[in-house]
Parts: sequence; C-alpha cells; structure tokens
Amino acid sequence: MNITKPFKRVILTEFFLPLTLLTIGIYHGLMQVIYRAGIIHQNSFAGLNYYQGLTLHGVINALVLTTFFAVAFGHVTISHYLKKEPPRLAYSSSLWLMLLGTVMDAYAMLTGKAQALYTFYAPLKDSPVFYIGTALLIIGSWVAFFGWIKTYIKWKKENPDTKMPLAILGTFVNFTIWVVCTVPAAYSTLILLTPWAAGWVERVNVPLTRMLFWMFGHALVYFWLLPAYIMYYTILPKLAGGKLYSENAGRLAFLLFLILSVPVGVHHQFSEPVFTPGTKLFMAILTFGVALPSFMTAFTIAASLEHAGRKKGARGWLGWMLHLPYFRSDNFLFGYLICGMILFIFGGLSGIVNASYSLNAMVHNTAWIPGHFHMTVAGPVFLSIIGMSLLLYGKLSGKPIQFKLLATIVPYMWMLGMVFFSHGLMAGGLMGEPRRTNLGMTYTNPDSPLFNQHWVPTTTSTLIGGIIMSVAALLYFISFFATAFGKKTQPAVLELPESEPLHPEKPVAILTNLKPWLAVMGVLILFAYIPALNSVFKYSVPVKGQYQIDSPVPENPKPAQKAKQTKSDQHTNAKDHAKAERSLSRVTNLVVLRASSPTSLDEPLLSARLQDTF
Amino acid sequence: MNKYEARIILLAGSTLCIFLFALLYNAFSRKIDVPSCVPFNKSFEHPSLKQVDDKTYELYLVAQMWSFTPDEIKVPAGSTVDLYLSSKDVVHGFNIVDKAVNLMAVPGAINKTTLHFDKPGVYRIVCHEYCGVGHQNMLGKILVQ
Repeated sequence: MNITKPFKRVILTEFFLPLTLLTIGIYHGLMQVIYRAGIIHQNSFAGLNYYQGLTLHGVINALVLTTFFAVAFGHVTISHYLKKEPPRLAYSSSLWLMLLGTVMDAYAMLTGKAQALYTFYAPLKDSPVFYIGTALLIIGSWVAFFGWIKTYIKWKKENPDTKMPLAILGTFVNFTIWVVCTVPAAYSTLILLTPWAAGWVERVNVPLTRMLFWMFGHALVYFWLLPAYIMYYTILPKLAGGKLYSENAGRLAFLLFLILSVPVGVHHQFSEPVFTPGTKLFMAILTFGVALPSFMTAFTIAASLEHAGRKKGARGWLGWMLHLPYFRSDNFLFGYLICGMILFIFGGLSGIVNASYSLNAMVHNTAWIPGHFHMTVAGPVFLSIIGMSLLLYGKLSGKPIQFKLLATIVPYMWMLGMVFFSHGLMAGGLMGEPRRTNLGMTYTNPDSPLFNQHWVPTTTSTLIGGIIMSVAALLYFISFFATAFGKKTQPAVLELPESEPLHPEKPVAILTNLKPWLAVMGVLILFAYIPALNSVFKYSVPVKGQYQIDSPVPENPKPAQKAKQTKSDQHTNAKDHAKAERSLSRVTNLVVLRASSPTSLDEPLLSARLQDTF
Repeated sequence: MNKYEARIILLAGSTLCIFLFALLYNAFSRKIDVPSCVPFNKSFEHPSLKQVDDKTYELYLVAQMWSFTPDEIKVPAGSTVDLYLSSKDVVHGFNIVDKAVNLMAVPGAINKTTLHFDKPGVYRIVCHEYCGVGHQNMLGKILVQ
C-alpha cells in the first residue's frame, strides 16, 4: 500500500538511527573479544574503558536497536495487514520520546556517567539521566502500541467477521508482554533508583531492584524474539517457496508466550539469596513451560520448509534441506531468517540448561551465559532485525538495495563466526571463565599472577569468532548505508511477503479470544511474584551508600537543603575533598591488596599488577 | 491440529518432564540444591572461619570492592563448610572454579550454602559479577589439605 510522508519518515528514522548507533555497539563487541583474549592488557582503549564499552554494547544492541525495530516493524505489520495507518499523534510522539530517551542514554554512557552495564545493578550508581532516558525509551514504545490498538478497534468494526491476522496477534501479544514487564522496570528506575541517585533518598533495597529488573529482563528477551517469530510464521514459508504448515499452531505458540513470558524472571537469580528454593523451583518449571512454544515453532517451521523443499522435488527424509533458496541475492532475507533459526536451536537448548534450577550453578554468570544468549539475541533476533531493516528500508524509501551480494553472504558469515564465538564462551564458561570481566588485565595476561592458561584457547576461539562476525557486520553496514544514501528510483511502497496457510483450518474459539489468556497471565504473575516479593521483604534490608565504579568508598550524597546553602566555591571544595578522600582510599585498598596477596609472588610482578589495576 | 503436531507437542512435553524429574531427583534425593535464605543480620558481615567440630566449619565470607575476606581459607580434606556470604558494598559474584558452587553476594542479604571438600587441592574463587574497575582482580583461594 501507499503511505503518507510523515509515517514513512518516522519508520525510516526508526530503522536508520539504531543501525547507525549499532556501529558503536558492534565496535565495542569486537573490542571486548580483543580485551578478553589478552591481546590488550589495558583498562581502556581509544578513550573508552572496557566496562564503558560493555555498557554501550549492551544498551545499544539489546535495548535501543531491539526496541526501535520492534516499534518500526510493528508499524509496518499493522498497516500492511489492516490497510490503515496508526494515528499520527501516536507514531510521532512515540518516536520523539524514544529519540529523547536514546539521546539521554547515549550522553550518559559516552561521558562515563553510566558505566554500570545495561543491567544497572544498584548500589553501583548511574546518573539519573540514564535511568530517566531508559524509561523514556520504553514509554515511547508503549505510545506506539496504544496507537495500534486504536487502529485495530477501528478495523474490527469495519471487518467484524474477519479473524485477527496471525502477524497482528503476534504483535499484540508481544507488546502486551512488553507493557506488563516494563512496569516493574519503570517502577525500579523512576521510583526507586532515580530519587536515590539524585540523593533525595538515602537507602535502596538492592534485592528488590534486582527482582524488579529480572521481572522485566527475561520478558525482554521474548520482546526481542517475537518479531523474529512473526517473520518465521508469516514470512519465512513464503520466502522458502512453501506454505505455513499450521496457522493455529502459530496462534497457540504466541498465546503460550503471552502467559509464560513474565512469571519466570527469578530463573536469572537461582544463585541469589532472598528467594526460597520453592519460588526458584516454581519459576524453573514455568521456564520449561515457555520452552514448549519454541519446540512447537521449530516443528511447524521445519514442516513448512519441508513442504517447500518437496515442492521443488526433494526426496528422502532430509533432502528438503538442500532444496531451499540459500545464497540467492534476490531472496536475501531467507538467509537471514534461516541462519537465525539454525543458531536458535543451540541457543534454545543451552537456555534449557540455564533454566534447570541447580544445574544453573555450573554456568551462572560464567562466559557460558553470553555464549548462550548470543545464539538467541545475536542469532534469530539480530539477523532478522538487520535483514528485515534492509529489505523494508529499500521498499519504503524507494531506493534499490546496493551491494546485494554482500548483503546476501552476511548471515552465513555471521553464523560461521558465531560457531567459534559461542563455542569459545561456552567452553570457557564450563571451566569457570567469568562473564563481564576484563580478562586481558589479569586472567589471560601471562604476566599476571592471576593468569589462568585454561582460558587462553577458549578466549582465542571467541576472538576468531568475534572478528568474523565484525567483518560480516561491516559488509552489512556497507550495503545498508550505500542503500540509505542512494538515489530513489522506484515508488515507495509498504509491503511484506505474506505466507498462506497450507490447509484451511477451522478457527478454534480459544485461540481467537485474548481475554482468558490475559487472565491466566495475570494469575500466573501473581502466583510467581507474591511469594518472591514476600521473601524480599522478609530476608533483606535496604542499604546505604552509592558507589562509583572506581572507588570502594561510598559517595554520601548531601541532604538537599545543605547543598542549597553551600556557595558554589565551597561546593567545589567539598567536591575536591571527596575526590581526595577517594584517591586516598584507593591507596589504602592498594595496601590491603598488597598485604592480602598470595605470598609466593615476586615483588616486581605484584607491583606491576597493582599498577595495572589503578 | 493434525497427528504430527499432537505427537511433537507430546514429545517435547515428555522431554521437558524428564528434565524436570532429573532436577527434582537431584534436589530431593542427592541434595544438590540452590542456595537457601537467611534473614539479614549485621553480624554475618564479620569475616571469620569458625571450627564447629572435627570436620565441620562455619565460614563467614565478606565480599567487597575488590577482594574477598578472608581470601585464603584453609580447611582439611573431607570437611564440610557452611558458607555465609555477604557483601559490604556492591553486588559481587562467588564462583569456585570446577566445583559448581555459584553464589551472588548481594548487599543487604545473606547467601547460604554448604560446601564439601573431599579432595585436597587449591580451589580458586573468582568474582563473576561486575563490581567496578578492579573486578578482574577479585580472587580468593580455598586450600584443602
């Protein structure tokens, strides 16, 4: 269909902006594998330190890119299937809010005011700018959803007998999960952390903020994943030259995600105090439940692909796998979706390991975890996002896609890189290699007394994979930006490939009514989180003190009134004093380290280590 | 829903049930469980190793930026150690490499688990939660003699 100019501009911005920021995100991904493999034994490189880079990598790739894409793809899906544009007020204000939030986050991260990673665990402190920015980004995405609801209600009035298209159901399920799960995150950032970071409140309950974060944090991964699932059900069979094996299976899968995505967050916290083993076990079981729709999807999509392969003359049990349109530049999106799916088989299976309650103790917070989630978020999620962004950008702007050949090989190359990358991380993780750690400073630095030679081969494998992936990303950027800065030669259109169902299915009443599912969702969340919340207040206390990443001495914020009375020059003095105190404490800590270090170390080696640290 | 779909749901469901049975069996019969809850009390934040009897110890371990106290713990082989882990400042991690002991040290809460050391050797403790610029130096040791 044809679309109006402002709507087109909004969608194109929502593709272009996050992909531009992604260059920073990918750069820091590459830097991390270099640090971790012990190539660089430094705190920082090119002005940004390891943990600042890690924060940028996490926030840009996992929050900004995914949220912008979910909104842009939602706009396209809604207007393609309902043949209507959402209200202008909704889509414009949504973009402005997300833009403002992103600018605030980027400012806080690039100036070093937010270096507590994308999980922003208190009592490490980020600037309030970061907390508010993140909240604005999220609220902006809500506004887009509210617009779609209005559009859908209007459509339903005009088409009372047509059932909700599968892609629309997927989008609505996804954003319902999103709105529900972001409420605890918004509460945590706006009500608990912002006043605390601003110094108005002295204490913060750390286990409470962590519980709220993971209530959001796990549903977040489904928010990333469901746009990819929508593509698997409604687009991939068409691209493969076949038909969707069963539409009802797709509906059931989405509805199972709706009820099971939120009440599973504690499975990220099996190793933590505060929650009882009962709560942890309950969420482990629900997490197994949420694996079921993924198993179903694997079957339905494989069956659809098999149908496509057989139509092209494939024989035998597995012959269909060879008869799919790989490496075809006129159908490049197929490669992005199929490579993502292949990676997701391993991402999903390793996820079941993580979810397995006590088995999680083998892998919790080790490098295994990023090994696992890069095969989900940097597998199906990332590949479907960049592939679909390129396709839609070309169509919506009317600009032909440049360097199509490069764009075609990107997903295969990315998948190859991921094999080395994830294998290295997972193998290292099983040998205790920690995640989120600048290993190059100590553990993979042969000059350090902390050196561990077992982690050298694994981090090297990760490095090789990371380099291949970065090259793939570079090729993608060449194609995307050449397209974006190219000339318009075709009329702009908004359209999506649409797969038909293989056989007509009777509508099942329970799969067309969202209400009972929403009720079950609410009940499960209450059952899961009331005991969890109860434990938080029973077993933990709020603590004082805010910490910057570079000092073990807490910053004690002055009460607001005092700060007002202080004149500017005195204020500076106070600041200097605090700074001096902190550097003193660093020295003290140095002495402590010296005193408590393993005894058999050479003195020069030790001081080298200490110099490295500070 | 056709017969293949019904079969795949059944198959996936039974696979997950087998996994579930395995973890229940480990938790209840072999006592391999997740850490348990202890109500917060300031007294847990004093680092010490107490010998309860011949082979039983209580270890009060405190994590802080960027060290564990005590950071070198000596116990005889065959001993059982009740570990109470707390944090003085930010969130830290506690992973005994190759031992599947994996805990978080969260300020304002006490983590508790029981360790068994049968084989003599040096067990490294690595902090695996980001805790500031010195995170990669945060290491401890358990010497089992």
